[in-house]
Amino acid sequence: MSHRVIASTAALAAVVVVLLLAQAPVVGQAPSPTAKAPTAGKVWTPPRTPGGEPDLQGIWGNGTLTPFERPKGLGTKEFYTDQEFAELARRVRQGDVGEEGNLGAAAGQTLRYDLSLYGFDLTKARFASNKRTSLIVGPDGVVPPMLPEAIKRNADRAAKNKGHEFDGYENRPLQERCILMGQERLPMIPPVNDNNLLQITQAPGSVAMLHETNHHTRVIPTDGRPHISQNIRQWQGDSVGRWEGNTLVVDTTNFTALTANFRGSSEKLHLVERFTRVSDDTIIYQFTVEDPTTWAKPWTAEIPMTKSEGPIYEWACHEGNTMISTILRGARVAEEDAAHKTAK
Amino acid sequence: MRNWFSDSISARAAVIVVLSLAATSVLGQAPAYRAPRTADGKPDVNGIWQALNSANWDVQGHAAAIGPAPLLGAVFAKPPGLGVVEGEEIPYLPAAAAKKKENQANWVMRDPEVKCYLPGVPRATYLPYPFQIVQSQKVITIAYEYAGAVRVINMEAPTKAPAESWMGWSNGHWEGDTLVVDVTSQNENTWFDRAGNFHSDALHVVERYTPRSAETLNYEAIIEDPKVFSRPWKIGMPLYRRVEKNARLLEFRCVEFAEEVLYGHLRKKPGN
Repeated sequence: MSHRVIASTAALAAVVVVLLLAQAPVVGQAPSPTAKAPTAGKVWTPPRTPGGEPDLQGIWGNGTLTPFERPKGLGTKEFYTDQEFAELARRVRQGDVGEEGNLGAAAGQTLRYDLSLYGFDLTKARFASNKRTSLIVGPDGVVPPMLPEAIKRNADRAAKNKGHEFDGYENRPLQERCILMGQERLPMIPPVNDNNLLQITQAPGSVAMLHETNHHTRVIPTDGRPHISQNIRQWQGDSVGRWEGNTLVVDTTNFTALTANFRGSSEKLHLVERFTRVSDDTIIYQFTVEDPTTWAKPWTAEIPMTKSEGPIYEWACHEGNTMISTILRGARVAEEDAAHKTAK
Repeated sequence: MRNWFSDSISARAAVIVVLSLAATSVLGQAPAYRAPRTADGKPDVNGIWQALNSANWDVQGHAAAIGPAPLLGAVFAKPPGLGVVEGEEIPYLPAAAAKKKENQANWVMRDPEVKCYLPGVPRATYLPYPFQIVQSQKVITIAYEYAGAVRVINMEAPTKAPAESWMGWSNGHWEGDTLVVDVTSQNENTWFDRAGNFHSDALHVVERYTPRSAETLNYEAIIEDPKVFSRPWKIGMPLYRRVEKNARLLEFRCVEFAEEVLYGHLRKKPGN
């Protein structure tokens, strides 16, 4: 099971790359005058829980075709016009020839998977409803350059493992080991159309967020209690929340130094997430990350989450993990073969 | 055949009802306590809870014993416990009783807890880790510190499990002050404790969470599995609120603690 899941994640990651590459020229072809930021200026009153808080509950998907960083050709353009956006959507629905061709080649040759088995359906994939050209907001639309110390830190970590990738389980990536998988990590970065569900449950004083991926569940206190001791470091940090108007603001610190956390950041990573329900079927998820040991300035991304039907199936990755033992056994067999050849 | 089948089901249902009534008298000794209500008028079971017993070592009564790591002395010795099984005996069918003994003899090799596998229900409740109930109207989410296990209990019209799973499929409803949760479709890979008590994929658990004071709940679970037991049986225990000012679930992502057991023998040998 986990084998398939991991394989499917890797396969989809490759597809995403293909789609994003295919997308840049499409985007460039759709000029239009009437740009509009759809989340601005609209007053909508969210439903309330019996306790009187904005109701964010339900199952939400964040899958999107919109790239994390802005395609180069778009310069400082942050939003598509309605017309441009409609054109993009139309092409995707029809399975734009160029994109479909790329996908077909990827599925048939590079990936060797029948993507329909994993629920991948290009016609159901969507660009982000906020009409942003990239998930990262602002005129730059890209991740700020990494500071030299961060480049060195990450290079050192990679160098330490180089040549030892198959020595033992501890040398394998966290994702393969089912310890920390892509779509359960914080902040939440969307894939195109699977492994992307989040179920929110609210009670007075706490909000539970269950990630489809690896059944990761955050129970976020919203009753004002402080962060845990800075001496306690966790893979997913420590989250505390508060309500600001209609927005749930979640502050996360206490990340670990054992992994590169988010995009090469250190244990100094400070994450602030904002969940705002802007319509019956949309939550705008916005996050800002800062880490003075990694980037010169904080940066922000915004991702719409769309109401989705349940249920969320159980994701038992570790329980079915045959990948680690297969990889290590393969390496040991290869070493024995090599030893035999040398002996002869 | 059909008649026999439905007869047997209603017979079992009847046993469950009887057990439930009996349970009320045994565990409901505290004078009728009325739980505070949530904004929508339901008994409030929100909070971080934890069992305070050694049922995870053995749901049946047991004396203290030497632990699995004798070199660690008293630190990992098996603590004694009064047991949480009503009537003390677990009604195993003969073949299942033999398998339980075999499981017990091979505990460390076989116990899914050693491997950090999802614990199933009811074991999740009395593992020595806290869990948190996040109570809403349509669903109640229970997050467990151990292995980051989680269940989402459906509180609307009961639904059928779409697939078998480690944590099963939970439909809940309120009976007075009691949250009743019906759990089906658990796979056969979880256990009840470190003593080798087990079940099959026919396991059916009915849990009852009843507030008994501001800081305690009564927990009961009726366990039915016609492939393993000759009749339904029941466990019961209090659950205690974690009242620390800054209480919360921390990470116990135990995969990394189980990898040496699972994959250590595949490590590169020195010199290769």
